[in-house]
Amino acid sequence: MAELTIKKAEKKASTINLRRKTRLGEMIIQGLLFFSGFFSIFVTLGIVYELGKEALLFFQMLEVNLVATLTTTEWKPHIGKFGIWPLFNSTLMTTLIAMAIAIPLGMSVAVYLSEYASPRVRSILKPILEVLAGIPTIVYGYFALTFMTPILREIFGRDVVQIYNTASAGLVMGILILPLITSMTEDALSAVPRSLREAAYGMGATKLEVALQIVVPAALSGIAAAVIVGISRAIGETMIVAVAAGAGPNFTFSPFVGAETITGHIVRISGGDLSYDSVDYNSIFALGLFLFFITLVLNIISQWIVRRFREVYE
Amino acid sequence: MKEKAIVQGFTNNLNARNRNGVIWHVIFQASTVVGIIALIALLFNVINGAFGYVAYEARVDPDTLTVDGVPVGEQSKEQLVSLLQSTLSNGAYNKLENEKPFASRSREEIYQLVIERIIRPQVVEVWNLWPSLTQSDEIRATVAKDYPKAELEFVSWLTYDFISRPQTSEPLTAGVRTAILGSLWTILFTILLAFPIGVGAAIYLEEYASENWLNRIIQTNINNLAGVPSIVYGILGLAIFVRALEPFTSGKMFGIVNLTSENGRTVLSAGLTLGLLVLPIIIINAQEAIRAVPRSLRNASFGVGATKWQTVWSHVLPNALPGILTGTILAVSRAIGETAPLVVVGASTAISFDPSSPFSKFTTLPIQIYQWTSRPQDEFRSLAAASILVLLVLLLSLNASAVLLRNRFSRRF
Repeated sequence: MAELTIKKAEKKASTINLRRKTRLGEMIIQGLLFFSGFFSIFVTLGIVYELGKEALLFFQMLEVNLVATLTTTEWKPHIGKFGIWPLFNSTLMTTLIAMAIAIPLGMSVAVYLSEYASPRVRSILKPILEVLAGIPTIVYGYFALTFMTPILREIFGRDVVQIYNTASAGLVMGILILPLITSMTEDALSAVPRSLREAAYGMGATKLEVALQIVVPAALSGIAAAVIVGISRAIGETMIVAVAAGAGPNFTFSPFVGAETITGHIVRISGGDLSYDSVDYNSIFALGLFLFFITLVLNIISQWIVRRFREVYE
Repeated sequence: MKEKAIVQGFTNNLNARNRNGVIWHVIFQASTVVGIIALIALLFNVINGAFGYVAYEARVDPDTLTVDGVPVGEQSKEQLVSLLQSTLSNGAYNKLENEKPFASRSREEIYQLVIERIIRPQVVEVWNLWPSLTQSDEIRATVAKDYPKAELEFVSWLTYDFISRPQTSEPLTAGVRTAILGSLWTILFTILLAFPIGVGAAIYLEEYASENWLNRIIQTNINNLAGVPSIVYGILGLAIFVRALEPFTSGKMFGIVNLTSENGRTVLSAGLTLGLLVLPIIIINAQEAIRAVPRSLRNASFGVGATKWQTVWSHVLPNALPGILTGTILAVSRAIGETAPLVVVGASTAISFDPSSPFSKFTTLPIQIYQWTSRPQDEFRSLAAASILVLLVLLLSLNASAVLLRNRFSRRF
């Protein structure tokens, strides 16, 4: 009797399928999750396809040749002149001014936070930087127009500095980018191991020598990445220049006169009721594509630098 | 001999090195102070613009409205109603009656209407807070000399009325209710798009994705998308949501014919565009939160025979949720402050009615600030400053709730 039960159980056990079951519910969920993950690829493809399509139309529409676009210095869509230099030049100028502020200040603050500040000071300063980073860019635009521009006009004279100018926009953009560069640089600096600093102190180095000759070189890849991300951010920054840098393309090297940047131009053109398939409509796609590729290349370079030159400490 | 050479080769530059150290210490500290000053200047500048003296003149002299020797400010409710009836056009009068019957309005409300519609004060000059406090005597003298008829009043542009009134073209009676509601509607669709897809993508990348080229591309792509300028998303939204998907975003597909928006420049398009914009941020934040859940928890769950999804749903997600929500709130506060993509998508320049459906035209708080800032008159700058204060308070409370959430629910393993 007992033997029979055991035999039955054995028989049953031998029929249990130990292979992994395919569960329909799990597969559906996994499919949905994969779709979510893949969605971002669609976004990128969408950007490239849609912007590329309209940009192509833009070049076909007017038979604008690329050479003229890249070499002439007049952007006047209504008479068919599409030299990109006035827009490009002012983008370059605001970016340069912004970086001239943000790089030295941002790095100094980062070195101070990481090497000099006591934990208590850090716990006060870091939230302040986060607040600065969280303020919407339109608020910075208001700040540039109603604070920075009047100050510049006081200092350099009202007839020198126009109401709309690239200097004011660039300076405020520097303040905007400062927290970004600071936090990325500070992350890189704090990742340098304590032992390197101790070794330098043991050799009799001063605090400054440790900071500038040991820690900064060791964190150089992270710092370079921070600078490049900062530049990419400055090129794509829109509202500050839309409010404070002036309307109307202007090929000039003076920082005190109004000149429209690429982003500023896109905002002004699309701010009115834009009719589809007009030259203006297509031109913002060409400019958008240009911006997309510049920032994409800069971001890829920064990621590459981090990967390629990162010192890994154990 | 030899010892002497060493001593000779040794230059005592310790003092110089220390001096250098002190100088640079001061430089580093000064840079930090400059950063703080910039923040203070920015806040001061906004507050400076949001309060101050205003001089305004009545377009219609109140004295001419005196009836039987009773000035307009002391007339009874019935007198004021009949004044409105006789001055306004029939259409305007009936519109007011339809919004809220005159019988049920209080005398104060009607008096307000008389000021807004008949007397119509016009701003002649505006002063910021700082000059208003320091040079009030000079301001009074200027007003008395230049605008003898004008009234001078110290106002706060930021009032409860400012938040609750719809947008108008009159600076003294303009408000941001339309813009605040527009922002909320937009954010609703942003969250509806970005939260499920963002969290799903994070789960996929952290829990399911194996190490292969496709998943590496997805990850790299997300990191790159996070660095794309916001205005590019605006252009994408214009091409896809406003134009290609117009039947969907304008509501025609659902048989909703909305006379105010025959095109796709709607709340829905704006929300979806911002959704694409914050998607990479949500994914990256959620990934970090999921990664922080320790391996042992998953292994324990697998050990008792749970399937992959059961493990993720019952063990990983509950533990990662505070982090995911914190990241989402931060992403949402980024979306609330975005201006450029919405200008491109086609925010309306002047609408005074509240958005009522996904297919309404829209304006948002940052758009309103942009439009008021771009106008040359000082009174609009003051309105912009007041709405910046509203926006900053909104963002600050969102960020504070994110921090609270993080501190309250975050677990350390």
